[in-house]
Amino acid sequence: MRLSPDGMIFWQRGFVKLNGTIVFTWALMLVLAAGSKLITRSLSMDLRRSRWQNLLEIIVTGIEKQIEEIGLRHPEKYLGFLGTLFLFVAAANLFTVVPGYEPPTSSLSTTAALALCVFVAVPLFGIMDQGVGGYLRSYLEPTFIMLPFNIISELSRTLALAVRLFGNMMSGAMLVAILLTITPFLFPAVMTALGLLTGMVQAYIFTILAAVYIAAATRPRKPEPAPQN
Amino acid sequence: MLIDWFTVGAQALNFVILVWLMKRYLYKPILNAIDARERRIAAELADADAKKAEAQKDRDEFRHKNEEFDKQSAALLSKATDEAKAEGRRLLEEARKAADALSAKRRETLRNDARNLNQAITRRAQQEVLAITRKALMDLSTTSLEERFSNVFTRRLREMNGRPKETLANALKTASETEPAVLRSAFDMPSEQRATIQNALNETFAADIRVRFETAPDLIGGIELTANGQKVAWSIADYLLSLEKGVGELLNKQ
Repeated sequence: MRLSPDGMIFWQRGFVKLNGTIVFTWALMLVLAAGSKLITRSLSMDLRRSRWQNLLEIIVTGIEKQIEEIGLRHPEKYLGFLGTLFLFVAAANLFTVVPGYEPPTSSLSTTAALALCVFVAVPLFGIMDQGVGGYLRSYLEPTFIMLPFNIISELSRTLALAVRLFGNMMSGAMLVAILLTITPFLFPAVMTALGLLTGMVQAYIFTILAAVYIAAATRPRKPEPAPQN
Repeated sequence: MLIDWFTVGAQALNFVILVWLMKRYLYKPILNAIDARERRIAAELADADAKKAEAQKDRDEFRHKNEEFDKQSAALLSKATDEAKAEGRRLLEEARKAADALSAKRRETLRNDARNLNQAITRRAQQEVLAITRKALMDLSTTSLEERFSNVFTRRLREMNGRPKETLANALKTASETEPAVLRSAFDMPSEQRATIQNALNETFAADIRVRFETAPDLIGGIELTANGQKVAWSIADYLLSLEKGVGELLNKQ
Protein backbone atom coordinates (compact mmCIF):
# COMPACT_ATOMS: atom_id res chain seq x y z
CA MET A 1 0.00 0.00 0.00
CA ARG A 2 1.28 3.43 -0.99
CA LEU A 3 1.35 5.94 1.83
CA SER A 4 2.13 9.04 -0.23
CA PRO A 5 2.20 10.15 -3.85
CA ASP A 6 5.99 10.06 -3.54
CA GLY A 7 5.80 6.44 -4.47
CA MET A 8 4.10 7.26 -7.76
CA ILE A 9 7.20 7.54 -9.96
CA PHE A 10 6.67 8.80 -13.50
CA TRP A 11 10.30 9.26 -14.51
CA GLN A 12 13.61 8.81 -12.80
CA ARG A 13 17.26 9.27 -13.63
CA GLY A 14 19.49 8.60 -10.68
CA PHE A 15 18.71 11.02 -7.87
CA VAL A 16 16.41 13.14 -9.97
CA LYS A 17 12.91 11.85 -10.33
CA LEU A 18 9.45 12.98 -11.29
CA ASN A 19 6.96 11.58 -8.83
CA GLY A 20 3.25 12.13 -8.17
CA THR A 21 3.88 14.74 -5.52
CA ILE A 22 5.78 17.01 -7.88
CA VAL A 23 3.38 16.47 -10.77
CA PHE A 24 0.27 17.15 -8.66
CA THR A 25 1.97 20.22 -7.21
CA TRP A 26 2.67 21.49 -10.69
CA ALA A 27 -0.91 20.90 -11.63
CA LEU A 28 -2.03 22.84 -8.58
CA MET A 29 0.39 25.65 -9.33
CA LEU A 30 -0.87 25.79 -12.87
CA VAL A 31 -4.49 25.95 -11.80
CA LEU A 32 -3.83 28.58 -9.14
CA ALA A 33 -1.61 30.79 -11.27
CA ALA A 34 -3.68 30.46 -14.42
CA GLY A 35 -6.93 31.04 -12.51
CA SER A 36 -5.51 34.10 -10.84
CA LYS A 37 -4.12 35.41 -14.09
CA LEU A 38 -7.43 34.79 -15.82
CA ILE A 39 -9.45 36.62 -13.24
CA THR A 40 -7.04 39.46 -12.56
CA ARG A 41 -6.51 40.02 -16.27
CA SER A 42 -9.52 42.30 -16.44
CA LEU A 43 -9.80 43.75 -12.99
CA SER A 44 -12.34 46.45 -12.54
CA MET A 45 -11.25 49.54 -10.65
CA ASP A 46 -14.85 50.62 -10.68
CA LEU A 47 -17.50 50.09 -8.07
CA ARG A 48 -19.03 47.37 -10.25
CA ARG A 49 -16.94 44.24 -10.54
CA SER A 50 -17.23 40.59 -11.56
CA ARG A 51 -18.19 37.82 -9.13
CA TRP A 52 -14.82 36.13 -9.54
CA GLN A 53 -13.06 39.35 -8.70
CA ASN A 54 -15.28 39.70 -5.68
CA LEU A 55 -14.38 36.16 -4.60
CA LEU A 56 -10.65 36.81 -4.96
CA GLU A 57 -10.95 40.11 -3.14
CA ILE A 58 -12.81 38.42 -0.29
CA ILE A 59 -10.13 35.72 -0.07
CA VAL A 60 -7.20 38.13 -0.21
CA THR A 61 -8.68 40.67 2.22
CA GLY A 62 -9.79 37.80 4.51
CA ILE A 63 -6.26 36.42 4.67
CA GLU A 64 -4.91 39.89 5.20
CA LYS A 65 -7.31 40.45 8.06
CA GLN A 66 -6.38 37.15 9.66
CA ILE A 67 -2.70 38.04 9.49
CA GLU A 68 -3.42 41.38 11.04
CA GLU A 69 -5.39 39.76 13.84
CA ILE A 70 -2.42 37.55 14.67
CA GLY A 71 -0.52 40.72 15.48
CA LEU A 72 1.56 41.44 12.40
CA ARG A 73 1.54 45.12 11.81
CA HIS A 74 2.04 45.23 8.06
CA PRO A 75 0.02 42.29 6.72
CA GLU A 76 0.75 43.11 3.08
CA LYS A 77 4.41 42.26 3.73
CA TYR A 78 3.57 38.71 4.81
CA LEU A 79 0.58 38.24 2.55
CA GLY A 80 2.62 36.69 -0.26
CA PHE A 81 4.13 33.96 1.91
CA LEU A 82 1.32 33.20 4.33
CA GLY A 83 -1.45 33.65 1.78
CA THR A 84 0.22 31.27 -0.65
CA LEU A 85 0.77 28.78 2.14
CA PHE A 86 -2.92 28.81 2.94
CA LEU A 87 -4.08 28.74 -0.65
CA PHE A 88 -1.71 25.92 -1.56
CA VAL A 89 -2.69 23.69 1.32
CA ALA A 90 -6.39 24.51 0.94
CA ALA A 91 -6.32 23.90 -2.80
CA ALA A 92 -4.37 20.69 -2.35
CA ASN A 93 -7.08 19.38 -0.05
CA LEU A 94 -10.02 20.72 -2.04
CA PHE A 95 -8.86 18.86 -5.12
CA THR A 96 -9.30 15.53 -3.38
CA VAL A 97 -12.81 15.54 -4.79
CA VAL A 98 -11.24 14.96 -8.20
CA PRO A 99 -10.93 11.21 -8.84
CA GLY A 100 -7.39 9.98 -9.28
CA TYR A 101 -5.94 12.99 -7.55
CA GLU A 102 -3.75 12.57 -4.53
CA PRO A 103 -3.01 15.62 -2.45
CA PRO A 104 0.69 16.49 -2.44
CA THR A 105 0.27 17.50 1.16
CA SER A 106 -0.24 13.88 2.09
CA SER A 107 3.44 13.43 1.28
CA LEU A 108 5.77 14.04 4.19
CA SER A 109 8.26 15.45 1.68
CA THR A 110 5.84 18.26 0.78
CA THR A 111 4.90 19.06 4.36
CA ALA A 112 8.57 18.92 5.30
CA ALA A 113 9.34 21.27 2.43
CA LEU A 114 6.62 23.66 3.59
CA ALA A 115 7.86 23.41 7.18
CA LEU A 116 11.37 24.11 5.97
CA CYS A 117 10.11 27.13 4.09
CA VAL A 118 8.53 28.38 7.31
CA PHE A 119 11.74 27.51 9.15
CA VAL A 120 13.69 29.72 6.76
CA ALA A 121 11.05 32.42 6.44
CA VAL A 122 10.71 33.04 10.19
CA PRO A 123 14.30 34.24 10.74
CA LEU A 124 14.26 36.02 7.40
CA PHE A 125 11.22 38.06 8.35
CA GLY A 126 12.72 38.55 11.82
CA ILE A 127 15.93 39.89 10.36
CA MET A 128 14.04 42.06 7.87
CA ASP A 129 12.11 43.53 10.74
CA GLN A 130 14.71 43.85 13.48
CA GLY A 131 18.05 43.50 11.74
CA VAL A 132 20.51 40.60 12.18
CA GLY A 133 21.67 41.62 15.65
CA GLY A 134 18.22 42.28 16.92
CA TYR A 135 16.98 38.93 15.69
CA LEU A 136 19.90 36.93 17.05
CA ARG A 137 19.57 38.62 20.39
CA SER A 138 16.05 37.27 20.65
CA TYR A 139 17.60 33.80 21.13
CA LEU A 140 19.25 35.06 24.30
CA GLU A 141 15.95 36.17 25.75
CA PRO A 142 15.24 36.31 28.58
CA THR A 143 18.83 35.06 29.46
CA PHE A 144 21.63 33.45 27.50
CA ILE A 145 20.94 30.18 29.38
CA MET A 146 17.80 29.91 27.28
CA LEU A 147 19.79 29.84 24.01
CA PRO A 148 19.80 26.03 23.56
CA PHE A 149 16.18 25.78 24.48
CA ASN A 150 15.27 28.50 22.01
CA ILE A 151 17.14 26.67 19.26
CA ILE A 152 15.51 23.36 20.18
CA SER A 153 12.07 24.99 20.17
CA GLU A 154 12.78 26.47 16.75
CA LEU A 155 13.70 23.10 15.31
CA SER A 156 11.00 21.14 17.06
CA ARG A 157 8.23 23.42 15.99
CA THR A 158 9.31 23.09 12.40
CA LEU A 159 9.21 19.31 12.75
CA ALA A 160 5.89 19.46 14.53
CA LEU A 161 4.47 21.64 11.78
CA ALA A 162 5.58 19.22 9.09
CA VAL A 163 4.35 16.13 10.85
CA ARG A 164 1.04 17.75 11.87
CA LEU A 165 0.07 18.52 8.31
CA PHE A 166 1.39 15.30 6.92
CA GLY A 167 -0.37 13.20 9.56
CA ASN A 168 -3.70 14.82 8.96
CA MET A 169 -3.52 14.70 5.22
CA MET A 170 -2.15 11.22 5.00
CA SER A 171 -4.57 9.85 7.56
CA GLY A 172 -7.50 11.38 5.72
CA ALA A 173 -6.43 9.87 2.43
CA MET A 174 -5.58 6.57 4.10
CA LEU A 175 -8.94 6.41 5.84
CA VAL A 176 -10.78 6.94 2.61
CA ALA A 177 -8.66 4.29 0.93
CA ILE A 178 -9.19 1.76 3.71
CA LEU A 179 -12.91 2.48 3.97
CA LEU A 180 -13.26 2.08 0.23
CA THR A 181 -12.10 -1.49 0.58
CA ILE A 182 -14.50 -2.21 3.47
CA THR A 183 -17.65 -0.26 2.66
CA PRO A 184 -17.36 0.75 -0.95
CA PHE A 185 -20.41 3.00 -1.36
CA LEU A 186 -21.72 5.53 1.11
CA PHE A 187 -19.18 5.84 3.86
CA PRO A 188 -16.16 6.88 1.78
CA ALA A 189 -18.15 9.79 0.36
CA VAL A 190 -18.97 11.00 3.87
CA MET A 191 -15.36 10.63 4.86
CA THR A 192 -14.25 12.57 1.80
CA ALA A 193 -16.57 15.38 2.79
CA LEU A 194 -15.15 15.27 6.27
CA GLY A 195 -11.68 15.19 4.74
CA LEU A 196 -12.44 18.42 2.92
CA LEU A 197 -13.37 20.05 6.20
CA THR A 198 -10.30 18.80 8.03
CA GLY A 199 -8.17 19.83 5.07
CA MET A 200 -9.45 23.39 5.28
CA VAL A 201 -8.92 23.38 9.03
CA GLN A 202 -5.37 22.14 8.51
CA ALA A 203 -4.67 24.82 5.93
CA TYR A 204 -5.94 27.40 8.37
CA ILE A 205 -3.94 25.98 11.30
CA PHE A 206 -0.75 25.67 9.27
CA THR A 207 -0.99 29.24 8.08
CA ILE A 208 -1.93 30.60 11.49
CA LEU A 209 0.96 28.75 13.15
CA ALA A 210 3.39 30.11 10.57
CA ALA A 211 1.98 33.58 11.16
CA VAL A 212 2.36 33.16 14.91
CA TYR A 213 5.99 32.09 14.50
CA ILE A 214 6.72 35.02 12.26
CA ALA A 215 4.92 37.35 14.66
CA ALA A 216 7.03 35.97 17.51
CA ALA A 217 10.18 36.59 15.51
CA THR A 218 9.26 40.07 14.41
CA ARG A 219 7.59 41.28 17.56
CA PRO A 220 9.69 43.95 19.28
CA ARG A 221 11.17 42.82 22.58
CA LYS A 222 10.03 45.92 24.38
CA PRO A 223 6.37 46.67 24.10
CA GLU A 224 5.62 49.92 22.32
CA PRO A 225 4.49 52.68 24.59
CA ALA A 226 0.78 53.07 24.59
CA PRO A 227 -0.31 56.11 22.63
CA GLN A 228 -0.96 59.10 24.86
CA ASN A 229 -4.58 59.96 24.85
CA MET B 1 11.43 6.12 3.47
CA LEU B 2 8.78 8.75 4.24
CA ILE B 3 10.91 11.70 3.30
CA ASP B 4 12.43 11.93 -0.14
CA TRP B 5 14.93 14.77 0.06
CA PHE B 6 14.88 15.50 -3.65
CA THR B 7 11.13 15.88 -3.49
CA VAL B 8 11.52 18.10 -0.43
CA GLY B 9 13.87 20.36 -2.34
CA ALA B 10 11.70 20.32 -5.43
CA GLN B 11 8.58 21.11 -3.40
CA ALA B 12 10.35 23.92 -1.57
CA LEU B 13 11.38 25.36 -4.92
CA ASN B 14 7.87 24.84 -6.26
CA PHE B 15 6.49 26.64 -3.25
CA VAL B 16 8.82 29.60 -3.72
CA ILE B 17 7.84 29.78 -7.39
CA LEU B 18 4.19 29.58 -6.41
CA VAL B 19 4.71 32.42 -3.94
CA TRP B 20 6.19 34.52 -6.72
CA LEU B 21 3.39 33.57 -9.13
CA MET B 22 0.70 34.34 -6.61
CA LYS B 23 2.28 37.64 -5.72
CA ARG B 24 2.47 38.56 -9.37
CA TYR B 25 -0.90 37.36 -10.55
CA LEU B 26 -3.09 37.51 -7.49
CA TYR B 27 -2.11 39.65 -4.54
CA LYS B 28 -0.58 42.56 -6.32
CA PRO B 29 -3.33 43.11 -8.90
CA ILE B 30 -6.08 42.53 -6.35
CA LEU B 31 -4.53 44.84 -3.77
CA ASN B 32 -3.83 47.39 -6.45
CA ALA B 33 -7.41 47.21 -7.61
CA ILE B 34 -8.67 47.60 -4.05
CA ASP B 35 -6.31 50.50 -3.43
CA ALA B 36 -7.32 52.13 -6.68
CA ARG B 37 -10.96 51.71 -5.81
CA GLU B 38 -10.42 53.10 -2.34
CA ARG B 39 -8.53 56.03 -3.79
CA ARG B 40 -11.23 56.53 -6.31
CA ILE B 41 -13.94 56.38 -3.67
CA ALA B 42 -11.96 58.74 -1.48
CA ALA B 43 -11.46 61.05 -4.44
CA GLU B 44 -15.12 60.84 -5.31
CA LEU B 45 -16.07 61.50 -1.71
CA ALA B 46 -13.67 64.41 -1.60
CA ASP B 47 -15.02 65.58 -4.91
CA ALA B 48 -18.55 65.19 -3.63
CA ASP B 49 -17.58 67.10 -0.51
CA ALA B 50 -15.99 69.79 -2.61
CA LYS B 51 -19.03 69.91 -4.84
CA LYS B 52 -21.27 69.99 -1.83
CA ALA B 53 -19.22 72.81 -0.36
CA GLU B 54 -19.28 74.55 -3.71
CA ALA B 55 -23.01 73.98 -3.99
CA GLN B 56 -23.44 75.30 -0.48
CA LYS B 57 -21.31 78.28 -1.38
CA ASP B 58 -23.27 78.77 -4.58
CA ARG B 59 -26.49 78.43 -2.66
CA ASP B 60 -25.33 80.94 -0.07
CA GLU B 61 -24.15 83.25 -2.79
CA PHE B 62 -27.38 82.80 -4.67
CA ARG B 63 -29.37 83.44 -1.53
CA HIS B 64 -27.25 86.46 -0.80
CA LYS B 65 -27.70 87.72 -4.33
CA ASN B 66 -31.38 87.02 -4.12
CA GLU B 67 -31.63 88.99 -0.94
CA GLU B 68 -29.57 91.74 -2.49
CA PHE B 69 -31.76 91.66 -5.55
CA ASP B 70 -34.87 91.74 -3.41
CA LYS B 71 -33.48 94.67 -1.51
CA GLN B 72 -32.52 96.46 -4.68
CA SER B 73 -35.83 95.68 -6.25
CA ALA B 74 -37.65 96.92 -3.15
CA ALA B 75 -35.48 100.04 -3.11
CA LEU B 76 -36.06 100.61 -6.82
CA LEU B 77 -39.75 100.00 -6.42
CA SER B 78 -39.94 102.38 -3.50
CA LYS B 79 -37.88 104.94 -5.41
CA ALA B 80 -40.02 104.49 -8.48
CA THR B 81 -43.15 104.79 -6.37
CA ASP B 82 -41.84 107.95 -4.76
CA GLU B 83 -40.83 109.34 -8.11
CA ALA B 84 -44.14 108.41 -9.60
CA LYS B 85 -45.91 110.06 -6.69
CA ALA B 86 -43.75 113.14 -7.01
CA GLU B 87 -44.29 113.16 -10.75
CA GLY B 88 -47.99 112.69 -10.20
CA ARG B 89 -48.04 115.56 -7.74
CA ARG B 90 -46.01 117.67 -10.13
CA LEU B 91 -48.29 116.83 -13.04
CA LEU B 92 -51.31 117.47 -10.88
CA GLU B 93 -49.83 120.78 -9.82
CA GLU B 94 -49.05 121.62 -13.43
CA ALA B 95 -52.52 120.61 -14.48
CA ARG B 96 -53.97 122.66 -11.67
CA LYS B 97 -51.83 125.60 -12.66
CA ALA B 98 -52.77 125.13 -16.28
CA ALA B 99 -56.39 124.81 -15.27
CA ASP B 100 -56.03 127.88 -13.08
CA ALA B 101 -54.35 129.74 -15.91
CA LEU B 102 -57.01 128.57 -18.30
CA SER B 103 -59.70 129.45 -15.85
CA ALA B 104 -58.10 132.84 -15.24
CA LYS B 105 -57.83 133.33 -18.96
CA ARG B 106 -61.42 132.31 -19.39
CA ARG B 107 -62.43 134.57 -16.57
CA GLU B 108 -60.39 137.32 -18.16
CA THR B 109 -61.95 136.58 -21.51
CA LEU B 110 -65.36 136.55 -19.92
CA ARG B 111 -64.58 139.75 -18.13
CA ASN B 112 -63.31 141.25 -21.37
CA ASP B 113 -66.35 140.00 -23.16
CA ALA B 114 -68.55 141.34 -20.43
CA ARG B 115 -66.67 144.61 -20.49
CA ASN B 116 -66.85 144.78 -24.25
CA LEU B 117 -70.49 143.95 -24.09
CA ASN B 118 -70.92 146.44 -21.32
CA GLN B 119 -69.08 149.06 -23.31
CA ALA B 120 -71.06 148.24 -26.38
CA ILE B 121 -74.25 148.41 -24.38
CA THR B 122 -73.10 151.60 -22.72
CA ARG B 123 -72.11 153.11 -26.04
CA ARG B 124 -75.33 152.01 -27.59
CA ALA B 125 -77.28 153.23 -24.60
CA GLN B 126 -75.45 156.51 -24.74
CA GLN B 127 -76.12 156.86 -28.43
CA GLU B 128 -79.72 155.86 -27.90
CA VAL B 129 -80.13 158.20 -24.93
CA LEU B 130 -78.52 161.03 -26.80
CA ALA B 131 -80.61 160.34 -29.86
CA ILE B 132 -83.76 160.17 -27.77
CA THR B 133 -82.78 163.32 -25.89
CA ARG B 134 -81.93 165.05 -29.10
CA LYS B 135 -85.20 163.98 -30.61
CA ALA B 136 -87.20 164.90 -27.50
CA LEU B 137 -85.56 168.29 -27.22
CA MET B 138 -86.08 168.91 -30.92
CA ASP B 139 -89.73 168.06 -30.50
CA LEU B 140 -89.96 170.26 -27.43
CA SER B 141 -88.04 173.20 -28.87
CA THR B 142 -90.35 176.04 -29.76
CA THR B 143 -90.04 179.82 -30.20
CA SER B 144 -90.91 180.43 -26.58
CA LEU B 145 -88.15 178.12 -25.57
CA GLU B 146 -85.95 180.04 -27.92
CA GLU B 147 -86.88 183.10 -26.04
CA ARG B 148 -85.84 181.51 -22.83
CA PHE B 149 -82.60 180.59 -24.47
CA SER B 150 -81.91 184.15 -25.49
CA ASN B 151 -82.67 185.36 -21.96
CA VAL B 152 -80.30 182.88 -20.47
CA PHE B 153 -77.70 183.78 -23.09
CA THR B 154 -78.09 187.45 -22.30
CA ARG B 155 -77.73 186.86 -18.58
CA ARG B 156 -74.67 184.78 -19.09
CA LEU B 157 -73.11 187.44 -21.28
CA ARG B 158 -73.68 189.96 -18.55
CA GLU B 159 -72.31 187.70 -15.88
CA MET B 160 -69.08 187.11 -17.84
CA ASN B 161 -65.91 188.52 -16.22
CA GLY B 162 -62.23 187.96 -16.00
CA ARG B 163 -60.10 186.58 -18.71
CA PRO B 164 -62.79 184.96 -20.88
CA LYS B 165 -64.54 188.33 -21.05
CA GLU B 166 -61.36 190.08 -22.10
CA THR B 167 -60.52 187.52 -24.72
CA LEU B 168 -64.01 187.61 -26.15
CA ALA B 169 -64.03 191.43 -26.07
CA ASN B 170 -60.83 191.54 -28.08
CA ALA B 171 -62.19 189.04 -30.56
CA LEU B 172 -65.43 190.95 -30.93
CA LYS B 173 -63.67 194.26 -31.36
CA THR B 174 -61.36 192.94 -34.08
CA ALA B 175 -64.28 191.20 -35.68
CA SER B 176 -66.43 194.24 -35.92
CA GLU B 177 -63.80 195.95 -37.98
CA THR B 178 -63.18 193.23 -40.56
CA GLU B 179 -66.05 190.82 -40.41
CA PRO B 180 -69.03 190.82 -38.13
CA ALA B 181 -69.47 188.27 -35.39
CA VAL B 182 -71.94 185.49 -36.11
CA LEU B 183 -74.75 184.64 -33.76
CA ARG B 184 -76.41 181.38 -34.63
CA SER B 185 -79.69 180.12 -33.27
CA ALA B 186 -81.83 177.06 -33.96
CA PHE B 187 -84.83 179.09 -34.92
CA ASP B 188 -85.24 182.31 -36.72
CA MET B 189 -84.84 184.91 -33.98
CA PRO B 190 -87.43 187.70 -33.62
CA SER B 191 -86.16 191.24 -33.83
CA GLU B 192 -86.82 192.03 -30.09
CA GLN B 193 -84.66 189.25 -29.07
CA ARG B 194 -82.05 190.29 -31.54
CA ALA B 195 -82.20 193.83 -30.11
CA THR B 196 -81.96 192.53 -26.55
CA ILE B 197 -78.91 190.47 -27.39
CA GLN B 198 -77.36 193.37 -29.35
CA ASN B 199 -77.93 195.62 -26.32
CA ALA B 200 -76.51 193.14 -23.95
CA LEU B 201 -73.42 192.78 -26.14
CA ASN B 202 -72.95 196.50 -26.48
CA GLU B 203 -73.36 197.03 -22.75
CA THR B 204 -71.19 194.16 -21.71
CA PHE B 205 -68.27 195.04 -23.91
CA ALA B 206 -68.99 198.80 -23.92
CA ALA B 207 -68.74 198.99 -27.68
CA ASP B 208 -70.83 198.83 -30.74
CA ILE B 209 -70.66 195.23 -31.71
CA ARG B 210 -71.74 194.23 -35.16
CA VAL B 211 -73.48 190.93 -35.25
CA ARG B 212 -74.86 188.82 -38.05
CA PHE B 213 -77.71 186.57 -37.13
CA GLU B 214 -77.95 183.10 -38.64
CA THR B 215 -80.32 180.21 -38.20
CA ALA B 216 -78.80 176.78 -37.56
CA PRO B 217 -81.30 173.97 -36.81
CA ASP B 218 -78.48 171.52 -35.84
CA LEU B 219 -78.11 173.46 -32.57
CA ILE B 220 -81.45 171.95 -31.51
CA GLY B 221 -81.97 174.72 -29.09
CA GLY B 222 -79.85 177.59 -27.81
CA ILE B 223 -77.58 180.33 -29.08
CA GLU B 224 -73.98 180.37 -30.24
CA LEU B 225 -71.78 183.48 -30.71
CA THR B 226 -68.68 183.13 -32.82
CA ALA B 227 -66.18 185.92 -33.37
CA ASN B 228 -62.74 185.63 -34.84
CA GLY B 229 -62.27 182.05 -33.67
CA GLN B 230 -63.67 182.73 -30.18
CA LYS B 231 -67.03 181.21 -29.28
CA VAL B 232 -69.63 181.70 -26.59
CA ALA B 233 -72.45 179.18 -26.73
CA TRP B 234 -75.30 178.03 -24.75
CA SER B 235 -77.10 175.34 -26.74
CA ILE B 236 -78.52 171.92 -26.16
CA ALA B 237 -76.24 170.57 -28.90
CA ASP B 238 -73.30 171.93 -26.97
CA TYR B 239 -74.52 170.33 -23.75
CA LEU B 240 -75.13 167.04 -25.49
CA LEU B 241 -71.69 167.24 -27.07
CA SER B 242 -70.04 167.87 -23.72
CA LEU B 243 -72.11 165.04 -22.19
CA GLU B 244 -71.05 162.70 -24.96
CA LYS B 245 -67.47 163.76 -24.48
CA GLY B 246 -67.66 163.15 -20.76
CA VAL B 247 -69.26 159.74 -21.16
CA GLY B 248 -66.69 158.79 -23.81
CA GLU B 249 -63.85 159.77 -21.49
CA LEU B 250 -65.45 157.73 -18.68
CA LEU B 251 -65.73 154.66 -20.92
CA ASN B 252 -62.16 155.00 -22.09
CA LYS B 253 -60.99 155.17 -18.49
CA GLN B 254 -62.72 151.87 -17.65
